[in-house]
Amino acid sequence: MKLAAKDLLRLATVGSVDDGKSTLIGRLLVDTRQLFDDQLDAVAAASEKRGVGDLDLSFVTDGLRAEREQGITIDVAYRYAATPTRKFIIADCPGHVQYTRNMATGASTADLALVVLNVAHGVKEQTRRHLCIAALLGVRTIIVAVNKMDEVNWSESAYVAVVDELTTLANELGFESVTPIPVSALLGENVVERSSHLDWYAGPSVLQALEACDAGSWTHAGSGSRLPIQWVLRQNGGGRTYAGMLNGSTLHEGDTVTLLPANIETTITSITSGSGPRHAATAGLSIDVGLADETDAGRGDLLATSPLPTVTKEFEATVCWFGEQPVRAGQRLRLKHTTKVTPARIRELSGVVDIETLSVEAGTQLATNDIGLVTIQTADALVVDDYRDNRVTGSFVLIDEVTNATVAAGMVGRASFL
Amino acid sequence: MTASILQAPDMTDHLDLLESHAIFILREVVAECEKPVLLFSGGKDSAVLLHLAAKAFAPQSLPFPVMHVDTGQNFPEVLDFRDDAVARHGARLVVASVQESIDQGRVADPGPLGPRNRLQTVTLLDAITAHGFDAAFGGARRDEDKARAKERILSFRDAFGQWDPRQQRPELWQLYQGRVNPGEHLRAFPLSDWTELDIWQYIERENMALPKIYFAHEREVVRRDGMLLAVGPFVEPRPGEEVERLVVRFRTVGDANLTGAVLSNAATLAAIVNEIALANVSERGATRGDDKFSETAMEDRKREGYF
Ligand SMILES: Nc1nc2c(ncn2[C@@H]2O[C@H](COP(=O)(O)OP(=O)(O)O)[C@@H](O)[C@H]2O)c(=O)[nH]1
Ligand SMILES: [Mg+2]
Repeated sequence: MKLAAKDLLRLATVGSVDDGKSTLIGRLLVDTRQLFDDQLDAVAAASEKRGVGDLDLSFVTDGLRAEREQGITIDVAYRYAATPTRKFIIADCPGHVQYTRNMATGASTADLALVVLNVAHGVKEQTRRHLCIAALLGVRTIIVAVNKMDEVNWSESAYVAVVDELTTLANELGFESVTPIPVSALLGENVVERSSHLDWYAGPSVLQALEACDAGSWTHAGSGSRLPIQWVLRQNGGGRTYAGMLNGSTLHEGDTVTLLPANIETTITSITSGSGPRHAATAGLSIDVGLADETDAGRGDLLATSPLPTVTKEFEATVCWFGEQPVRAGQRLRLKHTTKVTPARIRELSGVVDIETLSVEAGTQLATNDIGLVTIQTADALVVDDYRDNRVTGSFVLIDEVTNATVAAGMVGRASFL
Repeated sequence: MTASILQAPDMTDHLDLLESHAIFILREVVAECEKPVLLFSGGKDSAVLLHLAAKAFAPQSLPFPVMHVDTGQNFPEVLDFRDDAVARHGARLVVASVQESIDQGRVADPGPLGPRNRLQTVTLLDAITAHGFDAAFGGARRDEDKARAKERILSFRDAFGQWDPRQQRPELWQLYQGRVNPGEHLRAFPLSDWTELDIWQYIERENMALPKIYFAHEREVVRRDGMLLAVGPFVEPRPGEEVERLVVRFRTVGDANLTGAVLSNAATLAAIVNEIALANVSERGATRGDDKFSETAMEDRKREGYF
């Protein structure tokens, strides 16, 4: 048996606590037979021990002791599934507001968000917050599982009401593809197999939608290649190559590139990836490249093809604040952007997002889990793109200088819905 | 450079992407940390990790040493493989010995045949402190266990070596940030998103060497605690146990007295890939005595500082 080449789709569950995210992922894994017999036995044994029925499917992903004791998801669980042509990396995220930082962790690498909501409750504040964060993080495609259909007697009108509410919000947030699906995660209706209770529904099951969707790309057509330099490799017999993970558009041997921030033009003479030399490389590959001219390029520099990114020490950004203490303008922090770390400060806090209305209000501080519009100032020049053009060169994290904790996720520019 | 080895740009499958991600993590941690080390057990995952590390820094030599936490209860084939692999990659080997921890009274002596798996944590943390390592690469994968499924790629350990699953650092995008204060350290898991099948497909694609016990062979075994244990210096048949000669292979490699063999005729990498693709028992469920003790055995060991 020769196993076919697969593409890779990363997805994250989002939505409010108890709407059934973990149960849905458990159901998806069980019904596609991705779980081994002993893992299923262990879930059954844990369910029995805690008196929650024969098989509590949320235990497939809620694996920590505290999670099982409290019946909640605290941190992201990563699970894997494969169909003949696609490998899925599934991040099952927590719904509680105090674990928003963990939800953002799971969603930051996602190509697609699997939104779960309870048909009886509709869009809750945490659903709004999660969708807003997913949109900020650049997720363009969502599958919306309208869950617990068994509790409303499979009512089409209840489903339609929730879908209308959700679609309005999704349009405001600018999602490009929205696929609503009525499901019962608990009973496995419309998760893998089409449901017999839902004869008024003609669309795909969750699995069918996941298999059909575009694996997605973090790159917009027409954006340039970006190679943040991680490491300089000394070649045998002299010479150097520059290693990093490529993002943006395809890079070819012979391409003219600009080394930034130094602003030196040169030419790519060789490209090598893990499997050896190649003429060209696409985004997501770790490569090292040779350059036609001698340069003093090093870690923290960036090789780019046009349109070129911006070299700057001050820029507008949208940040999700995760620090336990509120932050105000003037705060000094450390900032990591691509492969560069520099001292930075929040020069100005120009607004705080109201999750209910998605409007930007004036504010003097960002509390935990607030989303704010800020101006960032850095000690060293950064080479940035707007986040909407490039998720790698447009993103940064802020770090507490004392504890080294990551206290904010930052995106260069301002999302169109804000 | 010959034309035949050059690839079309669209030839990128999930193994290329997993490989690239792992190489990215290896380079990022080496760049950000002062003194990393790669934990090497001689098993398939650490073999893949070492292979990737060599690729990440080629043609230069590895910018960190390789450390084996040696329980003294190894399969001899695994020790042979360890020494070959270390020599082939020109790596510097550090051996942290559980026997020494026992001799120094750091841990209680479980006796010559007693389980030593859990004792490794003390030996590992002592060695990390003694050498001043601030980052340790491990080959753990998230599909192995439900506690591992929760762990960050760069996982913070406090000054006591502990993992706190309720207080993990946010890990956004691929902005791995590896700064720690003195005495603290990081564990870095470049193979986090690989599954067992990915590992075997990659080993097959790269035609990597592995310890011989991964391939089907005939050996004397006894049935104990639902496992097939290989008879040898650390497993003596007990009264009532029947010694059988069976064709088996190992799906994981751990201590000889805690790692069960599986019945298998898979004697080639291609045959193993087929076997794993069709398996209905997980690798730990099939073979590891150390995870059978309680529902949260792995979480509890990890909290203490285990791999
Ligand atoms: N009736 C019904 N209950 C469900 C369904 N899906 C999940 N639940 C229950 O809702 C509760 C919360 O589920 P969980 O998956 O932990 O939600 P999460 O917080 O979003 O991950 C659990 O008691 C589930 O059994 C469903 O489709 N129908
Ligand atoms: Mg959950």
